[in-house]
Amino acid sequence: MAAMKNCHNDYKMKFSADEEFPDLSQHNNHMAKVLTKEIYAKLRSKSTPSGFTLDDVIQTGVDNPGHPFIMTVGCVAGDEESYEVFKDLLDPIISDRHGGYKPTDKHKTDLNFENLKGGDDLDPNYVLSSRVRTGRSIKGFTLPPHNSRGERRGIEKLSIEALSSLDGEFKGKYYPLNGMSDAEQEQLIADHFLFDKPVSPLLTCAGMARDWPDGRGIWHNDNKTFLVWVNEEDHLRVISMQKGGNMKEVFRRFCVGLQKIEEIFKKHNHGFMWNEHLGYILTCPSNLGTGLRGGVHVKLAKLSTHPKFEEILTRLRLQKRGTGGVDTASVGGVFDISNADRLGSSEVEQVQLVVDGVKLMVEMEKKLEKGESIDGMIPAQK
Amino acid sequence: MSDNIEKISESMAKLTLKWLSAEDEFPDVRKHNNHMAKVLNLEMYKKLRERVTPNGFTIDGVIQTGVDNPGHPFIMTVGCVAGDEETYEVFKELLDPVIEARHGGYKPQDKHKTDLKSENLKGGDDLDPNYVLSSRVRTGRSIRGFCLPPHCSRGERRAVEKLSVEALDSLSGDLKGKYYALKNMTEAEQQQLIDDHFLFDKPVSPLLLASGMARDWPDARGIWHNNNKTFLVWVNEEDHLRVISMQKGGNMREVFSRFCTGLTKIETLFKERGHAFMWNEHLGYILTCPSNLGTGLRAGVHVKLPNMSKHAKFEEVLKKLRLQKRGTGGVDTAAVGGVFDISNADRLGFSEVELVQMVVDGVKLLVDMEKRLEKGQSIDDLMPAQK
Repeated sequence: MAAMKNCHNDYKMKFSADEEFPDLSQHNNHMAKVLTKEIYAKLRSKSTPSGFTLDDVIQTGVDNPGHPFIMTVGCVAGDEESYEVFKDLLDPIISDRHGGYKPTDKHKTDLNFENLKGGDDLDPNYVLSSRVRTGRSIKGFTLPPHNSRGERRGIEKLSIEALSSLDGEFKGKYYPLNGMSDAEQEQLIADHFLFDKPVSPLLTCAGMARDWPDGRGIWHNDNKTFLVWVNEEDHLRVISMQKGGNMKEVFRRFCVGLQKIEEIFKKHNHGFMWNEHLGYILTCPSNLGTGLRGGVHVKLAKLSTHPKFEEILTRLRLQKRGTGGVDTASVGGVFDISNADRLGSSEVEQVQLVVDGVKLMVEMEKKLEKGESIDGMIPAQK
Repeated sequence: MSDNIEKISESMAKLTLKWLSAEDEFPDVRKHNNHMAKVLNLEMYKKLRERVTPNGFTIDGVIQTGVDNPGHPFIMTVGCVAGDEETYEVFKELLDPVIEARHGGYKPQDKHKTDLKSENLKGGDDLDPNYVLSSRVRTGRSIRGFCLPPHCSRGERRAVEKLSVEALDSLSGDLKGKYYALKNMTEAEQQQLIDDHFLFDKPVSPLLLASGMARDWPDARGIWHNNNKTFLVWVNEEDHLRVISMQKGGNMREVFSRFCTGLTKIETLFKERGHAFMWNEHLGYILTCPSNLGTGLRAGVHVKLPNMSKHAKFEEVLKKLRLQKRGTGGVDTAAVGGVFDISNADRLGFSEVELVQMVVDGVKLLVDMEKRLEKGQSIDDLMPAQK
């Protein structure tokens, strides 16, 4: 594919870097902390081969000043090459977001579920459900902030082919967002599978909701334990889940399913975007590496009110969310506990942290229920 | 298309390579109800995707808002925008039929008349203030040489703001006023502007957001108004400039006079600085949305019509008078307490004076009808002919 020229970007060059530099004085996101006039001046004339520019990378961060307490990323990739062409901006952001990860560091991928120790015995009286999700991008296509309708449809077509060829525990069905029946829609909502047009301005300002719902859909297996979102925030979001605490089984299904899907894409010369420095390439720099969030819904009514709760989570390299997902509150003492890291540790390592950490926290909860102290159980920093 | 534009748009298009076919890229607008969706077909799309305006605006840029917003079964939205002045030429094949459908059959060869001489208005100073609560005239203007809000860069937007503030600061007499930049107004200023109903906020309508007009908000956006609070200019909202003249009561003549004087002064000041307004003899004033071409003018009143509005022929009367009704919150709002916003329906193909005349004459008649109905009398003999 020959290089695409961004005519609009050339036209903008008649204004100076100073005239175009965004006003980030009120902003609190990673992009705003890193971008300087010098970096802007250096990168503004560049364009990836598909025509993605610096202004495209940062638009979401300019439009969304952020929150005093929550550091959003404030930038996105429009294609695989964005991470190369705009390295001078993205490397420092990646370092800030991913615990000091350096441009020279290497990321390890490990999807061998047998390497996980334990994880099949989390107490289901406390651990209500287990889930592992990740994202994947298809090489040769640009990413959701930038892709055209034709590309998105191409991704959907390839995805349907790949998913339709799955069998056994993975046999399932695809539901395109455009054209599902009312009955199908209600069932998907009842199963908590349906995803809707993004409303978050973090996503809409990056252009990911264009042409909605064209090319978007949901695939799930008949057992409802393996689910794939097509063309939402990433080309693919892959989710394995089930009730109860058998994270080992969830992770096994996750690894097996992912690898089966990858093989089929490779056959069509469209493998997943991946490199040995950044691991799996996704739209948001926060999801680089494994793109993996492995988590449980767990009852921690007592532990969550303990003064050391936050500290324990930090030491275990875990994070908490409400049961509605990111930016929601917990209900009835039930928390969503998952790995905090994405880049610099492997899938097995991250799920191991969740399995070991949750096991410990459930034991702490039980102690607190009996009115006993947990001081002797506080873990060391992982 | 002029030779020059044609050459530029073709040579720029050659620089981009589209590796997927027109069929692969053609939007699915089968369930859409907007002007763009009714006009666009695969052949047209195939042709237009080979072009780019000199500033880099493409057909996908033009239609994105219409693809993202399928519309409403009862309300026909336009479904496309211009990113620069040249859009209306480069993408004529799409925009001419859209303009024709939206503006009552306006043809590609038609000429539009501009008339901002307020003395040409007859009457308009005696609408009954017991019924006509307020009068207002608004329009938009685009500054030639800059891209429009869907496409402009931060640098361009700031340049438009800078030029606008310079021009407005030099106004005097009853037009003398002050500029309030959105991004650094004080809490007190903000509250005052809200109380005066002057403050505009970041657009929330998906029709506007999907076209990219809210990028970089609130950078380079602001409000200017005169000390008397009767003349107001919005900078860099949906258009480069929105100019509004208003006051309580029914003296539309005075509102229009101030409107014309203020606009003409501003235009002179811009010209002195080497920047004209975008205008041509076919489309009149060039604005972001094709629905606002021509005069870009909406002249209206808030008027009490509790009886008339319930009359079986209310809609028909409005249509004959070439007027439209809205709720008092503006477009897409409901009427409260029998008070309606009544304004001209047309924008293109009629001059400013002609449109304001229709409002003045039409509202006068509607108020007469209201008074009749209050007395329990018939209005059959007052029915107007189609204007």
